[in-house]
Formats: sequence, C-alpha cells, structure tokens
Amino acid sequence: MSENFRLDKGGLINRNKKISFKFNGKKYLGYEGDTLASALIANGVHLVGRSFKYHRPRGFFGAGVDEPYAIVQMNRNNQVDPNVKATEQELFEGLEAKSVNCWPNVDFDIGAINNFLNKFFPAGFYYKTFMWPKSFWHKVYEPIIRKAAGFGTASIKHDKERYEHKYEYCDLLITGSGPSGLASAYAAAQNGAKVILAEDKSRFGGSLLTSEVTIGNQSGQEWSQKIISELKSMPNVIVKNRSQVFGYYDHNMLVMSERISDHLPKSEKYTPKQRLWYIRAKEVIISSGSIERPLVFGNNDTPGVILSSAAKEYLKIYGVLVGKKPLVFTNNDSGYETAIEFKKNGIDPIVLDTRKDSNSEIIKEAKDLNINIKFSYVVVTAKGYKKVKSADITKISDDKKNISTIENVNCDCICVSGFWTPTIHLASQSGNKTKFKEEIDAFIPSQSKQKETTLGSANGIFTLEETLNTSFEKGNDLSKQITNKENKISVPTVVEKKYSKHDKFWCVPLPKGKNYKRFLDFQNDVTVSDIQLALREGYRSIEHVKRYTTLGMATDQGKTSNLNGLQLVSDFENKVVPQVGHTTFRPPYTSVSIGAIVGREIGIHSKPTRKSPMHHWHEKNNAVFVDAGVWLRPRYYKHGSENLFEASKREAKNVRQNVGVCDVTTLGKIDIKGPDSAEFLNRVYTNAWLKLPVGKARYGVMLREDGIVMDDGTTTRISENHYHMTTTTAQAANVLSHLEYYLQLVWPELNVNVVSSTEQWAGAAIAGPKSRDVLQKLFPDLDVTNEGLPFMGYREGNLFGVNAKIYRISFSGELAYEVNVESDNGNYMWEKIMEIGKEFNIQPYGTEALSTLRIEMGHVAGSELDGRTIPYDNSLDGLVSKKKDFIGKRSLNKTAYVAPDRQKVVGVVPLDKKTSIPEGSYIVRDAKAKLPNPKLGHVSASCWSVEYDNPFSLAIIKDGKNMIGQKLFAMSPLKNKIIPVEIVSSHYVDPKGERVRS
Amino acid sequence: MLYIKCPHCGLRSQNEFSYGGDATVKRPELNKEISDQDWDNFVYLRKSPRGKHLELWQHISGCRQWIKVERDTLTHEIFKTLKANEEL
Repeated sequence: MSENFRLDKGGLINRNKKISFKFNGKKYLGYEGDTLASALIANGVHLVGRSFKYHRPRGFFGAGVDEPYAIVQMNRNNQVDPNVKATEQELFEGLEAKSVNCWPNVDFDIGAINNFLNKFFPAGFYYKTFMWPKSFWHKVYEPIIRKAAGFGTASIKHDKERYEHKYEYCDLLITGSGPSGLASAYAAAQNGAKVILAEDKSRFGGSLLTSEVTIGNQSGQEWSQKIISELKSMPNVIVKNRSQVFGYYDHNMLVMSERISDHLPKSEKYTPKQRLWYIRAKEVIISSGSIERPLVFGNNDTPGVILSSAAKEYLKIYGVLVGKKPLVFTNNDSGYETAIEFKKNGIDPIVLDTRKDSNSEIIKEAKDLNINIKFSYVVVTAKGYKKVKSADITKISDDKKNISTIENVNCDCICVSGFWTPTIHLASQSGNKTKFKEEIDAFIPSQSKQKETTLGSANGIFTLEETLNTSFEKGNDLSKQITNKENKISVPTVVEKKYSKHDKFWCVPLPKGKNYKRFLDFQNDVTVSDIQLALREGYRSIEHVKRYTTLGMATDQGKTSNLNGLQLVSDFENKVVPQVGHTTFRPPYTSVSIGAIVGREIGIHSKPTRKSPMHHWHEKNNAVFVDAGVWLRPRYYKHGSENLFEASKREAKNVRQNVGVCDVTTLGKIDIKGPDSAEFLNRVYTNAWLKLPVGKARYGVMLREDGIVMDDGTTTRISENHYHMTTTTAQAANVLSHLEYYLQLVWPELNVNVVSSTEQWAGAAIAGPKSRDVLQKLFPDLDVTNEGLPFMGYREGNLFGVNAKIYRISFSGELAYEVNVESDNGNYMWEKIMEIGKEFNIQPYGTEALSTLRIEMGHVAGSELDGRTIPYDNSLDGLVSKKKDFIGKRSLNKTAYVAPDRQKVVGVVPLDKKTSIPEGSYIVRDAKAKLPNPKLGHVSASCWSVEYDNPFSLAIIKDGKNMIGQKLFAMSPLKNKIIPVEIVSSHYVDPKGERVRS
Repeated sequence: MLYIKCPHCGLRSQNEFSYGGDATVKRPELNKEISDQDWDNFVYLRKSPRGKHLELWQHISGCRQWIKVERDTLTHEIFKTLKANEEL
C-alpha cells in the first residue's frame, strides 16, 4: 500500500531511510523518525482499535502521550508488549503491532454489539447489573468482564528483556524540553547547577518544533536544537529523551522511565530495554506543557476526529496529512495554525469558529490565504462509522443555546481545538494546591508543598515571550541559591503572533430528536449522558462521579477529558468549575512497564541467596535444598531413588542410633561484649544470667513487652565480659535490632556492645550416641568426657590446626556438640568430621530430619513460637524467673495469660498409628459437631517418629495441661481428613532428657 | 520515599531505615510497682496524631543507630532529627 497521505517534502523524518512494518498482519512502509501512528496515517489507516465499553471504531486523537485510544499490542523480538500507544511507539524495521479490544478483528468486531445495546450500558452499569444473583459473580460475570476489559493481553511468558534501576541526585530536575524547560535548564546549567533535563518524546524542543516563532535570529526549532546541543556538551547536565517523569513522591523523589530500546528492533546485548530512574532533586521545574482540549459534539469519537495540534504535528514533524478534506473546529486561534499549515501544503480546509467574530493577527493571515472561515458555526455531529465521511454543521446563536438548520459538508477529518489544558499532573501529585484560572478555564499549580515550580504553558502561560522571560529567570534564581554562582544570560528577543481571546464554549447542544453520543472520556467510553445520569442519580462529589462513571481513570488520567467533565458537572449543578474542584491526579502519569518497576530483581535476583561455606559439599553430595529465609539449607541428602520421607527417616534414625552431622551455620549469632553484659542478658532473657560461669552455655527465652515469646537460643559465656548469643535463623535480624533498641534507648547506661557475627562462623552440629567418639577423634588432646565437657559446657580446641569452639548443646535431644570454626575453615571442618566419623557410620542430615528429631523430643521451634504464644504455652514456664524483672514480665500476669484452661503444647498420636496428621489441622472434640465446630487448637508441627515408627505431631490446644490421655479428632478441611487421635505428652522421646546429659 | 537526615550519617533514603514507633514512650523502670492500667498504656496505647509526631527510626542499613525524627504525619515534612540521647 502506498503512502497516499505523505507529503512530498517537509517534516523531520529521514526520507532517505524507508522502513517496512506490519499492522494487523498487513505490510506498510514508513520512514525513519516516524511513529507507528504517523506511518499508519500516512498510509491512510485510521481504524486502529475498538473502544473499551461500546467497542466503537477508534482511530487517532493525539500525537503523543495525550493519545487516549490508539493503543496497540506490540510484537517485538518474539515478545509481546501490551498497552503501547501508537503515537509514542517509534517505527523500526520489521515492527509488528496489532489492534486490541476487538474480536475477531478490528474491522468486524462482535463486541460492537454493545454499541447498539447501549441502553443497557449506562453509567454504573457494572455496579447495577452484576450484583445479582450473587453466586454468578465469580463463575459467570467476572470471567466475561475480565475478557472484555483491558487494553491488550499481557504475556504469561518470562520477559527476556533487561530492565534496570538507577538512583540519581541533582540540583534541578526539569520535566519537559519545550521552551520553558530549555530556558530554565540553560540558565541553571550556566550557574553550574547539576541539571537533569527529561523529555518524553524522541525529539527535544516541545512546541518549538511545530510553532512559527523566531527566537533571536533563529526559528524556534533551530534555537531549541542549539540549546540542546550546548546542554549536552556540559558536564553538569544530563539530557535524556524518551524519558517520562511519571511520578512525584515525597521529599522531592521523582521517578522517570527511560525507554532505551523500545524504538529498536531488539535490545543490544547487555543494554536494558528500559531504565527506571529514582531521582532525588533539590528543586523540580515542571515544564510539562499543555494538552489541547477537545470540543464535545455528536459522535466525536469517530476515527478522523483529531486534536488540531496533533494534526499540525503530523504535518510539521512527519509530513503527513490526517485528511485531504479537513474541517477545523475551534473556539480559539490555535485551530488557525493547523488550517494555515494545511493551506500551505495545498489542502483547502474549512474553519468553523464558535466565536461570533475575531480579528487577530493569525485570523488575518488565514483570511489573506483565502481560507474558508465560518464564524458562529459548530459541528453537530460527525458522520461515518469507521472514518469521518462528512459532518453536520450549523450556525449557533450568540448565547450558544440554539442551533439553526443543519448543513452537511463533506470532510475526511475534523480537527478540534477547545483551547489548552495545562498538564498539572506532576504538580498535583507533589501536593500542590492548584487554583482555577478564569482566563484560561483551567487549573494551574498554585501553592507548593514541595520544592517545585511550574513554568510555561503548564502554568497557564501561553505566550512564548513571557514563558522564556520567566523560565530564564526561574532557572537562574533557583540554581544560584544552590550553587551560589550567577552567570546571568540575556533573554533573546522573541517574535510571535498575538492571539485573541478564546471562547468558553465547549459542548455542542443536541438537535431536537437526536441522541448522538457525545464523548468526554475517550479512553474509558464516558459520554455526556453518562455523567448526566450519574448526577441525576444523586452523585455530587467529583470523586464519586469519577468512580461511578470511570471518567478520568486508567492510563489516560483525564489528560483530554478532565476539564470538560468538570465543566459538565458544574453546568448541571449551576456551579463554577473551581467549586466542583478536580479529582486527584495519581502516579503514574502514563503507563509504565511492570518490567521497569521490577528492574533486575527477578528470579534468583529477587532476593539475595545466602549459602554456608559448606554449600558446595552439600551440592556434591546430592543435597536437596530448601529456602530458610534467604539461606539455602540442605533439606535432605538423596541416596539413590529416595524421596523426602524416606531420606529424612534414614537420616533421623542414624542420629538416634549412630551419629549425624548437620550444617547449623545459618543460626543467628550475636557477639556481646562489655562489663554490663551479664546484667543486660538478665534483663533480656526470662531466666537468671548473673551467675553463669565462664565456659558455660545456657538456654534462654526472650519476650516482647507484651509477654509473647520473641525468640529462643543459647548464650555462652566465653570470658568474663564476652558472650556468644545464638538466635533462630528467622529472627536473627529482629533480635539484633531488639537488643540495640534497649541498649541505645532504654538502658543507655549499660556498658555493652552487640554485633552480628552470624557470617563469621561456620557451624556443624554433631549429634547421636556416638558423637562423643567422633569429637574425641577430632580433638585428641581435649578431655571430652562427661566430666571434662559436661552438658552445656564450652571449650576451645584445635581441629587439625584450625581454632574451633565447641559447645555441648543439643537441638536433637541426643548427646550432641556444636563445633564452630571461622567461616573460611568451614569446609575443612566439615570434611574432617565426615572423614573421622566414617568408622562411626556418620551421615549428614538435613532440616527435615532435624525437624523430626526436635518434634519427637517436644522441643519448641518457630512453628510454636509463632508470635502468639507465651512461655507457659510452650512449656517454658520453668525458665521464667520469679525473682528478677525482665522484658515483658509485667505482661505475664494478664488474666488471659494465667487462665486455668490456657493453651499449651501437647503431643498428638493418631489412634491407628499410621495416618500422618497434616500441619495446620484443627483439634476438635466431636468430629460430627455442627459447624462452626468449636476448635480446641491446631497442629503446629508433624513428623514420623523414628523412635516409635509412627506419626507424631505437636499441637497447641486449650487446657492442654489436662488433655493428656484424651481421645480427640484432628480435622483438616483442606486435605479433607478427619483423624481420631490421642493427646500425649509433647516430650514423646526421652521425656527426662537423659540422653543430652549422658 | 522520605529523605531522612541521620544525625550520624547525613541525608539518606527511607529504604535504609526501619520505623520504630512513638519516641515519647518511656519504658517503665525495672523492678518497680506499676498498675495494670499504666502497664497496658505503655504496651498498647499510642497516640496517632495528625501533624507533628516524634518517632523512632533505626538506620538499619547504615550505622544501626536508633534515632528520633520529628515528622508531620500528614505532609511527611521532617522538622528535626535527633540522636537517641537527645531531647527535642
């Protein structure tokens, strides 16, 4: 297909480089420098999608970020990208895109039946229709709505592209490279400020690229390119195109997404597709410009109805005609710029001006060019379904209330201009209290909450001269306060056309008996009648109207619709717009890829992975790993075709019968030093610590102030003023913060220092009846007899040339020792243990066997210390000192905590001694009781007891103390199981604790 | 994201800190009689002011010091930051 709508010359595209691309499977040609939108329009393609609700044909309305509906699905480098604006997507060789929101295709869309059933799709339709019957929501309504809604389909495949995050700090962040952005950036850069200038388009210059102005002795366009190249050459300036600052957050933190590779067929190696910048700026200059406002008339969403500024941009930047028989419908002078541009390129436009008469410089110029101008004329409705074919136009009375006889004129596009709306999204996000400026019928920023300044047309200033004057001044003022340097530059003289006043008129009344749809929000399919209905139904707050009708929502954020919507509400209410106020603009200003937000934190990079120094050995020995917080721990070591159950049983059995070794490096370790350490521990732990001798360890429980158990572990007195504390793997970081809190804030008089030493030590637990034999051979010179190294004893030793610390502590309930060496020697230690333990049948054991061993011993761990239990619940009340005070003690006499039927940990055995009880099961008295069946408690941990060869679980149940011997039921609705059980002591194996002391 | 001036390290982003609640709460002294009501107030009851609030933060990914921050809960404006042992 040929480019029938491309002019022979003109524009900023590279006419030497043709580019071929596909849209909806059809091949087209464009030029380097085109957007997908400009290339499609050049080829006469105006039907690009279907609308959100009514599935009406949709074309192009804007030429950039303002575009509400030309949203396509991209296929780039074998990956799909939904929700891409055709007006922002730059053309590249081989680009493939397709329409969204239509099935089976954009030309024939079955969903368009919604358009004819529109009586059934009023405002609040979803709320009204899908409420009944209730059971239908989940199975019938939701899946259908989900399928019908949204712009495009996200891929469920892994995104192979790279996304990066970058943190940057600057003196001034300037958002937009139009005249105000360039002038303020230039002035600030001259004063030596660190400046970031961000432009969302590929070309710098903003409105200077399309307006007929002179700055100094250059055209606006030339001047903008000169300033940009100067800025680029300055070391204190970062200039970024294709970069959208989309969010303004607290304390001048702004987030910008830079599209690095989206305009290329594929990303270069090691180059990200997009980069998200977190920018902390001392000052922010918002130079985001303004967006042309639509005029509202019948069927104003028909493809071919387009913003007049967009039509001009297609002409001047891309050399593309949006139509050959254009109608320009305007309430101000801007429309004439577009009309003149058409005329200069040999196309005869008709201008309909809603004003009675006007006589500005530009209108004179249009008249001199013999452009057909009709004053007091409006478009009543566009005609044509998939493209504008003609328009019904008419004369309108001076009070704009009555229309005269309808005339039909042939046209293939309608360029609308309803004056300009400053882009105040970023200012509003920053917390700026905006105000309504009567002269321009729009809101502008007013009272800043953060360090931001809005300039140029974003601030409602529409003359270039004033924009440049204020922008040079502001850039200079703000930067010199930061850099204390001033290098003032003189403002160039400006030649521009003077404009006459715009007309406040914005919405064309319906002719008698006609019921044309008049759209306000093009992206969300919100019409004038929808808003009117919402108001008739009693919605008053603009925030409620927004939510009920969806006006100004989604990625569009009311860019083109906001003010017209407010106008309508205020007209209906007989109020003025400032009384109605505007809804809150929320970040992001425009859609942002999830990939960019996630950055590099995907897959294994989503969190750090911590590995013990013995990790490699575990890998070589068929360990199957499990996540323990951020640590990777061996869950079991697979022998042959063993499964988890078989392997963990074998490993646990070997600990009970012979000896096993477990990697306990992950245990949290805190080094405590200082003369007041004993006193501190005495306050932190529930039991007494003042008399612990050097060379001895003690088990301790620490509480929160509310009496709930926070953590447990052993602490060893290494020397007079030096302790080694261990915490559970999961609570290590919290415990350290907890200790620091009390030392720094509550008892600063205590002379104690704490520091994490988790990573300094590699640990191996050697457990089982033969562990002493292994230890003796590891430390031949050491007295490891029960007298020489008693239970809870501590010794230092020499492990074949390596310093080691030996703690006789046990989690498994067996005779056990924990050997710690400096991390670098961890693997050496481990291999020595395996080598020496061989004759005693040593086997490594993983976390699953470790759990089995502790559960059948009734040792509580994370699943019982779950942030809801007190010492009594865990049978740890014996460790609670009656004599001294400690953190959380005062809470322990709360009524609920001392209730006679207080919950307590118990053992649970299935009556059939066969059925394993799922963790999380409820314990109930009567399995057949009416629902809700009163729950006595829950099963916290389950294992297969290797001592008795039957299932065994721990449970925390009400009145646990008096439940021993009772026959109850464990119910798991999730696994659909009801298991008759007997309650036994939680200390299932070795209840007297003789083995650890043997 | 807030920008918090650690009195030990200087201006740092919020993600280096963790929040620690009301800084005006004083833990009752050890080994001293205290009524149930007073203890419950200490453990559970906190004011949730709209406006100025003196609160604790820990510079967890920095110097690990607990610091006091006077912040407006409505606007997030930070008026002052103090070391643990300093008073407003």
